[in-house]
Amino acid sequence: MHRTKVRVVEEALDANNTIAHANRADFDRAGVRVVNFMSAPGAGKTALLERVVRDLPGVRIGVLEGDVQGSMDSDRLAALHVPVTQLNTDPSFGGECHLDANMVRSALPELPLDEIDLLVIENVGNLVCPAEFRVGEDARIMVSSITEGEEKPLKYPLMFRACELVLINKVDLLPHLDFDLDKFLYNLDSVHPGVERILVSAKTGEGIDEWRGWLARMGAVPSGAGAGAEARV
Amino acid sequence: MHELSLSGAIVNTVEKHAAGRPVSVVSMRVGALRQVVPDTLDFYFGFVSKGTVCEGARLELELIPARLRCAACEREWEIELPIFMCPECGPSGQIEVASGDEFEVETIEVEEAECIARR
Repeated sequence: MHRTKVRVVEEALDANNTIAHANRADFDRAGVRVVNFMSAPGAGKTALLERVVRDLPGVRIGVLEGDVQGSMDSDRLAALHVPVTQLNTDPSFGGECHLDANMVRSALPELPLDEIDLLVIENVGNLVCPAEFRVGEDARIMVSSITEGEEKPLKYPLMFRACELVLINKVDLLPHLDFDLDKFLYNLDSVHPGVERILVSAKTGEGIDEWRGWLARMGAVPSGAGAGAEARV
Repeated sequence: MHELSLSGAIVNTVEKHAAGRPVSVVSMRVGALRQVVPDTLDFYFGFVSKGTVCEGARLELELIPARLRCAACEREWEIELPIFMCPECGPSGQIEVASGDEFEVETIEVEEAECIARR
């Protein structure tokens, strides 16, 4: 036996990105735009979807719901008569803390791509791993709720940089918390200068029209023709 | 915590290039922006590589500092904190990441059987 050095020079996540490209090509062929919806657990992703999914003018929306276990979030959205596909990372994937391109690929046959214009992939609640794995989306949205504190962009820069829109949720609690919104926005701009942001409250409805408008615009643009095409996988 | 997912990605990448040969060393370039904790990655790599060609392989990490460049003023600097703002141009700067995004398998060392010795 002897040792040989083999030159590799390959991003370790290339394999995932290749599958993400394949997913994107399939979504493009079906004319479906895709957003990857990410946040920490409990930031309000499902509540923010509940607020808008029934009322997107001219856009037929579908949801791919990623969870480690259970279908509580799917059930909430299905109750609104939106096509929801459940993707659990536990039984066959060992309880992964995020969705990757391959898991989304495995769900493709289940998705009603002919019947929708926009697919929202609700990722597993986690501020770290989902930022690393593209799944074939057109855009990434993250929710940061004010109960999480104003230093979160500095602690999770990967996630705050890996998105095109930040929804700042639970702003109805601003009068009751010590949360310093200006400081949060300063931290956000330090990590991801100028990233689009909307202040929202899933509870009171503040900012929901703007959020709905953003999603409707995303769903209305023909797939493959959106802004930032070069940055997308 | 993402070191577990990343370890899986490393093993997948190495398996492709090892072509079935046992791997003794995996050398990687890891940028500071990837927020990887080396000891944690090492721990999970040892765990995830069990039963693969990477089992028992040593993971060598070259840590790459995060450097930013401003396309507006052509200044380049290293950052310790994730502050993506040009000290010269402020919010009007055009920030690019010069280095620090890497998560790259650079080389691997594989054990080769001496099959060409006696013909």
